[in-house]
Amino acid sequence: MAMLSFEKKYRVRGGTLVGGDLFDFWVGPFYVGFFGVTSVFFATLGTLLIIWGAAIGPTWNVWRINIAPPDLSYGLMMAPLTEGGLWQIITICAIGAFVSWALRQVEISRKLGIGLHVPFAFSFAILAYVTLVVIRPVLMGAWGHGFPYGIFSHLDWVSNVGYQYLHFHYNPAHMLAITFFFTNALALALHGSLILSMVNPQEGEPVKTSEHENTFFRDFIGYSIGALAIHRLGLFLAINAGFWSAVCIVLSGPFWTRGWPEWWNWWLQLPFWS
Amino acid sequence: MKMLNGKTLVLAALCAAALLAGCEAPPPEVVQNGYRGLGMQTNYNTDRLQASLDANVPPEPIPAATPGGPKAKDLYKNVQVLGELTVAEFNRIMVALTNWVAPEEGCYYCHVNEGFEYDGIYTKVVSRRMIQMTQDTNAYWKDHVADTGVTCYTCHRGNPVPEYVWTSDPGPGQPSMIAPTGQNVASKSVAYASLPYDPFTPFLMQDNDIRVIGETVLPQGNRSSIKQAEWTYGLMMHMSSALGVNCTYCHNSRSFYSWDQSAPARTTAWYAIRHVREMNNDYVVPLSEIIPDSRKGPLGDVYKIYCTTCHQGAYKPLYGAQMLKDYPALAQPLPEGGLEAVKAAKEAAAAPEQQAKAEPAEVPAPAPAEAKPAQEAAAPAAEPAAEAAPAEAAPAPAPAPAGPQLRYPPPSMMQYPPAPLQYPPAPAPR
Repeated sequence: MAMLSFEKKYRVRGGTLVGGDLFDFWVGPFYVGFFGVTSVFFATLGTLLIIWGAAIGPTWNVWRINIAPPDLSYGLMMAPLTEGGLWQIITICAIGAFVSWALRQVEISRKLGIGLHVPFAFSFAILAYVTLVVIRPVLMGAWGHGFPYGIFSHLDWVSNVGYQYLHFHYNPAHMLAITFFFTNALALALHGSLILSMVNPQEGEPVKTSEHENTFFRDFIGYSIGALAIHRLGLFLAINAGFWSAVCIVLSGPFWTRGWPEWWNWWLQLPFWS
Repeated sequence: MKMLNGKTLVLAALCAAALLAGCEAPPPEVVQNGYRGLGMQTNYNTDRLQASLDANVPPEPIPAATPGGPKAKDLYKNVQVLGELTVAEFNRIMVALTNWVAPEEGCYYCHVNEGFEYDGIYTKVVSRRMIQMTQDTNAYWKDHVADTGVTCYTCHRGNPVPEYVWTSDPGPGQPSMIAPTGQNVASKSVAYASLPYDPFTPFLMQDNDIRVIGETVLPQGNRSSIKQAEWTYGLMMHMSSALGVNCTYCHNSRSFYSWDQSAPARTTAWYAIRHVREMNNDYVVPLSEIIPDSRKGPLGDVYKIYCTTCHQGAYKPLYGAQMLKDYPALAQPLPEGGLEAVKAAKEAAAAPEQQAKAEPAEVPAPAPAEAKPAQEAAAPAAEPAAEAAPAEAAPAPAPAPAGPQLRYPPPSMMQYPPAPLQYPPAPAPR
């Protein structure tokens, strides 16, 4: 295999959550583990079901393939395969694959004796997905509230769900989520460019270190957050972006059925300036 | 984890509580308006829906009048609109009208000491015109009101002036150096958005073009501006809140303009806009001269009709209660002979239909039915062209298009199947 000769000694035994030593091995560069097996199982099954759904559907155009959730009339029951049941099974596969992937990250972290920050961060992405296809549909009483699996179709769902609340940009959690996404991009751009600027000095200059990084930002905005804390900040921004995305959609429907502009009437009703 | 101390938790809990305080409790009541997974649906909070259902109950009908007897026009003086009714039916309608419009003021709200026939009080003249408007609506605007129809109660609900009306809005006071924009206040008329707060004057009085989207992919020739689009959106926000629905009740937002992807309700709404426009221009505004200033808006225009006037938060006024059938005098302008003549005409019209149904089934009836959609299918292609003509065409004649224009592909190419969206074509202009 294409394994580098020095890699073996970094491969630590143990630390598994499930399966003991049974799946504690590597395939090529990849650690397997019990959750590697389940990841591959769910991902393969889900993908094949999507392909099957496309095969029994009317088109092979990748843009227009659509695996739609059941009618709302099915409520929280299973639907016939060709009328949304496929969507339900694919959803189970997707959640199985995503959670397996997170738990595989946990096992690798345990092997290496490092913190669980990576699976913790990834779990917010899973939370956002589960909010869309499980939590919100359950709160609203029908699986049909999940989004359809298809390139055009899921975009149409997003658009229509936004317009169900007349003007989604007035959704306060949506405002927060967007702000976090943009700030996240800004922070990553500043951090990435700063690091690259340190290791790409002018001709004849040595590579620079933290002192220069800090000095640049102190000159620039009067403050440098520091080499460690920039990563805390980045994680905070990224996690919040995902978290408030989940909040903004779980509020829409279960906890608010009117236009989002109207939600802000509490502000107009505050007595001392209206 | 030092950050997760007590104070932080309390602060987080307070923030979450503040965020949720203005919210509603799940689960909502949801009506699906489109294909599964498309997201076209109407969401109702169950408590608010129940309150609305309770608030939109029609009064018990007055028992039917005994048939026969003399005509009202023969017994009473100056009965111009309802004269063909029998006296019993006429008096029944008058009682109903009083209950609907002036239950506290009673008959004397319109009839004064000079005699019941006296026209010197404006309320009587207005009432007569409003009865004509109701008859006209029920007879000629079935595209909007269907057979459910409207009565005085649909709008009045026991108030001499309907609770929900509009007048030209001068807007809030502005600092002297700032030109009024007509927008940017959280106005109830546009569901509290910052959109222009008086979309009624341009669209429900004047007949400005509501459609702002161009026909071509690239901006070639469409002179509509974003500001114009905001007026259109203002009207749409009003319609949504008036009917207690959202944009997806009529539109598939992937393609707002496209008739064959819109819900059938959009066709009704198209007629409704024109109907309201006609009512305002033909019935309400001409009464301006006799209506006193106390019944006018801050700019001196009369109270006018918009969607909320009848709908009052319900997708159908009074949730579709069949009120009109108990008051047939309001269903159409009364012909010579009164309700008997109407009934006879209806039976005469129904007779040939029944004969046609009785014909043997061998007649290939579906053939004409199939041909019709094909003809209609051609209509949507022509219709947008008519409606998309820029509203400001007069000042700036459209420049001659240079080179071929890239049109939107036909909807069939943009839809992912199985989109069941072959909805009815655009309504023909009246």
